[in-house]
Amino acid sequence: MQSVILRKVIKLVSSALIASGILFSYTVTCAENEVATLRDAAKIAEQKEPNIIPKVINKDIKQGRNYPMQPPVIPHTIRSYEVNKYNNKCMSCHSRQLTEESQAPMVSVTHYMNRDGNFLAEISPRRYFCNQCHVTQQDAKPLVVNTFIDMHSLMKQKTAKDNQE
Amino acid sequence: MKKLLKVGWDTLSSPSGYYSLGFLVLGGFIAGIIFWGGFNTALEVTNTEEFCISCHEMENNVYEELKTTIHFTNRSGVRATCPDCHVPHKWTDKIARKMQASKEVWAKFWGTINTREKFQAHRRELAEHEWARLKANDSLECRNCHNFDYMDFTEQSQRAATQHSGALANGDKTCIDCHKGIAHQLPDMKGVEGW
Ligand code: HEC
Ligand code: HEC
Ligand code: HEC
Ligand code: HEC
Repeated sequence: MQSVILRKVIKLVSSALIASGILFSYTVTCAENEVATLRDAAKIAEQKEPNIIPKVINKDIKQGRNYPMQPPVIPHTIRSYEVNKYNNKCMSCHSRQLTEESQAPMVSVTHYMNRDGNFLAEISPRRYFCNQCHVTQQDAKPLVVNTFIDMHSLMKQKTAKDNQE
Repeated sequence: MKKLLKVGWDTLSSPSGYYSLGFLVLGGFIAGIIFWGGFNTALEVTNTEEFCISCHEMENNVYEELKTTIHFTNRSGVRATCPDCHVPHKWTDKIARKMQASKEVWAKFWGTINTREKFQAHRRELAEHEWARLKANDSLECRNCHNFDYMDFTEQSQRAATQHSGALANGDKTCIDCHKGIAHQLPDMKGVEGW
């Protein structure tokens, strides 16, 4: 009886060892092709030559959305635009009553709704801080490859495959 | 000493018939130059940023905020200083502004805005004065540097070009109508037109 338990324990420990061994070698290989960080491999005591700061794209051309719920990205610079308890610069163009003058798109109507779905006269407090969801884009090389595939592309791929068969 | 003072007093109080007309005119002329020059020098001194930020009210609030904006550092290396935007170039306007500035010294004395909290509480009022001034002079100080006639719309962003060729070009609006808060943080904007 005791030997059975012992054998079980040995089995468990050894498999755990093997597993951690695999994990360890995996992390080692990961560390080898690590993503370049801002510091790259610069030693602690060294000062790395700083990377070039990419420019904010300011073309005013709307970019596509990758999925229906994606908050649209900002196609212009927002340098020195304030959004705080005193004022909201974004809303001085994108609010309902000012879009005629500014010719900017109005914020989605959901932004005027409170959590019970009632419409408010002003932007809802829970949508007030625009940059929580909307960001500018920079003219920069991505640090990691993005493998995201758009839903429509997936569906197209599938129908193409189905038709082949 | 007493004697000396008495002589001086006698000279000053005696009728000017003593001196030739030429001396008087010349003397007046020279004194005028000295006063005028002194006045102008004083004006020049008070026309520098160092002077403005010699008051902590100006340095700790508006100057600190200016530092983060495009009018402090930019690719062209042109610095807009406080007087560039706040002190008129025309002499008469300048004097008028200086008269108003004595109110600032007064307010300094009473500590109207000597803390950040007090400053924030007053900020809307102060900003309104500046907006009104720039509105009245059609944003003259901005135009001293930014000349509409030489704006190249093709070089501007589309948003900028659209707005500038519309409401700005036809005179409906002036720079300050659209570009509030270009150099400092804004006060509470509740009720301001366009906000
Ligand atoms: C003696 C200290 C002092 C100096 C120097 C000073 N300021 Fe001020 N400034 C103040 C105070 C205090 C106020 C608030 C006045 C008030 O409450 O009406 C003020 C207000 C202002 C305002 C708002 C004006 C308004 O009409 O409400 C402007 C603009 C301004 N200062 C710009 C300047 C500029 C530009 C300079 C340099 C040429 C300067 N200040 C130098 C203390 C100073
Ligand atoms: C001393 C000259 C000077 C004065 C006065 C001045 N500016 Fe500027 N302004 C500049 C310079 C220089 C730039 C930066 C140009 C560049 O490198 O792109 C600039 C940039 C700007 C920008 C572009 C901001 C951005 O983020 O791209 C705006 C808007 C602007 N100024 C508005 C104003 C307004 C409004 C006033 C009047 C209250 C004013 N300026 C007064 C020199 C001045
Ligand atoms: C009808 C509104 C309006 C008026 C009036 C106006 N501007 Fe602008 N301006 C804009 C908008 C909108 C932008 C682009 C967004 C931003 O920079 O905030 C802009 C951008 C700018 C820029 C940056 C250019 C660029 O390519 O982004 C400068 C410089 C500028 N304005 C200066 C001025 C000056 C100087 C005046 C007065 C002679 C003036 N503007 C009047 C709306 C206006
Ligand atoms: C590029 C132009 C520009 C420059 C440079 C500038 N200001 Fe202003 N200032 C303004 C405008 C425009 C306002 C009106 C309020 C606003 O729109 O932010 C203002 C407002 C103010 C006010 C009223 C309080 C407020 O924040 O509204 C004070 C005080 C002031 N400025 C002081 C200064 C001082 C001191 C300097 C130098 C360190 C300076 N300003 C530099 C354009 C400028």
